[in-house]
Amino acid sequence: MSGVRVLVGTRKGAFVLTSDAKRERWEIGGPHFAGWEIYHLKGSPADPNRLYASQSTGWFGQIIQRSSDGGASWEQVGNGFAYASVPGTHQWYDGTPHPWEFARVWHLEPSLTDPDTVYAGVEDAALFRTIDGGTTWHELAGLREHSSGASWQPGAGGMCLHTIVLDPSDAARMYVAISAAGAFRTDDGGTTWRPINRGLHSEGIPDPNAEVGHCVHRIAMHPSRPSVLFMQKHWDVMRSDDAGDSWREISGNLPSDFGFPIQVHAHEPDTIYVIPIKSDSEHFPPDGKLRVYRSRTGGNAWEALTNGLPQENCYVNVLRDAMAVDTLDSCGVYFGTTGGAVYVSADSGERWAPIVRDLPAVLSVEVQTLP
Amino acid sequence: MIRVVLPAHLRTLARVAGEVALHVDGPTTHRTVLDALEASYPMLRGTIRDHVTQRRRPFVRFFACGQDLSHEPPDTALPEAVTSGSEPLLIVGAMAGG
Repeated sequence: MSGVRVLVGTRKGAFVLTSDAKRERWEIGGPHFAGWEIYHLKGSPADPNRLYASQSTGWFGQIIQRSSDGGASWEQVGNGFAYASVPGTHQWYDGTPHPWEFARVWHLEPSLTDPDTVYAGVEDAALFRTIDGGTTWHELAGLREHSSGASWQPGAGGMCLHTIVLDPSDAARMYVAISAAGAFRTDDGGTTWRPINRGLHSEGIPDPNAEVGHCVHRIAMHPSRPSVLFMQKHWDVMRSDDAGDSWREISGNLPSDFGFPIQVHAHEPDTIYVIPIKSDSEHFPPDGKLRVYRSRTGGNAWEALTNGLPQENCYVNVLRDAMAVDTLDSCGVYFGTTGGAVYVSADSGERWAPIVRDLPAVLSVEVQTLP
Repeated sequence: MIRVVLPAHLRTLARVAGEVALHVDGPTTHRTVLDALEASYPMLRGTIRDHVTQRRRPFVRFFACGQDLSHEPPDTALPEAVTSGSEPLLIVGAMAGG
């Protein structure tokens, strides 16, 4: 019988939530790596039992864990994230040059075809890859060495590469996003990169044609239509129909166009989800109401989804990696909050219920659809 | 043998319950002890000192014989009591919030 496995990274460990396809009764596994920050964990599309987890603390640095049995057991693999060349400097908050320094892995993106190949997005912003199941990591240095690199600046959360999107129709093409440099695309497997930020407009950047400097929070793609991208920017929800060459705003009637995650329905490429947040200085939902907004028209026209979600006194945030969709016939939508709740809707967002309410602050949510 | 006490999170990674005992060739310094520790427990590489710079991570401290040795250069000899094994080298995660 088919089912789902939800992988939850939190401030104090990882949790694995499992259910059958009804998604009504859940088993909660964990905490794994108790006490450590788990920025992200994700399974291999090519082998669902192969999982990778980014485990870190400010005390003891970065660890990578790998599971070959769906999260029942884990083994520590390599953590040697060394920049491929003398890293040089990027801009610091005050505009002065600042040395590139590795801090942590924000996001792990397993290959679509090979369980031993994984991409890692790190802070300070760079992209690494392993082809041996995490034993060794090598930087794809063409990104960091882009001519704009010296002008990249950190966002409030650090200068992190937090989004990696692989094109299922073209193994040489992928997208990344960096706060606060913007979005980039490679068409040659990561050797060279180009900024893809045309059409983005950000408060505080006076040049409307600025090549970099935008605080992109998240990019989503439907695998059946890989040239169409959806973006939640710091402010503004955006869409590109030409693989990022140009962007247009689709915020429409959202109560706030600030937010972090964005997702696409598993079976409807024009159905997208965001979670509006009041502002960049008030990281909680408008009016204390936790609402997912859905557009079934590829943007601009949005409807609030509230059934089963707290509609008063709710002041949590939902971080960029903390929303996911499953691929069951009735698409499931999941998200986790900084208040430690993980919510599920088994019917594309019509009705919601908490899977668990009181985990540590949720940093990431991924879901695997199991046969 | 050199005795080393690890903080709880690193004992978990290394899968040890108490002190670890290490054989160190040559002079007993921070560097040689950490080299021996990482050789015996490779899962600790990068957790106490940075992979590339080999500098002590900022929130990791070294104590022995009632002294804070954290700021000693890595090639400074450790106290004789540590070298003889009568006192352990304490590797400590700094007390900080979170």
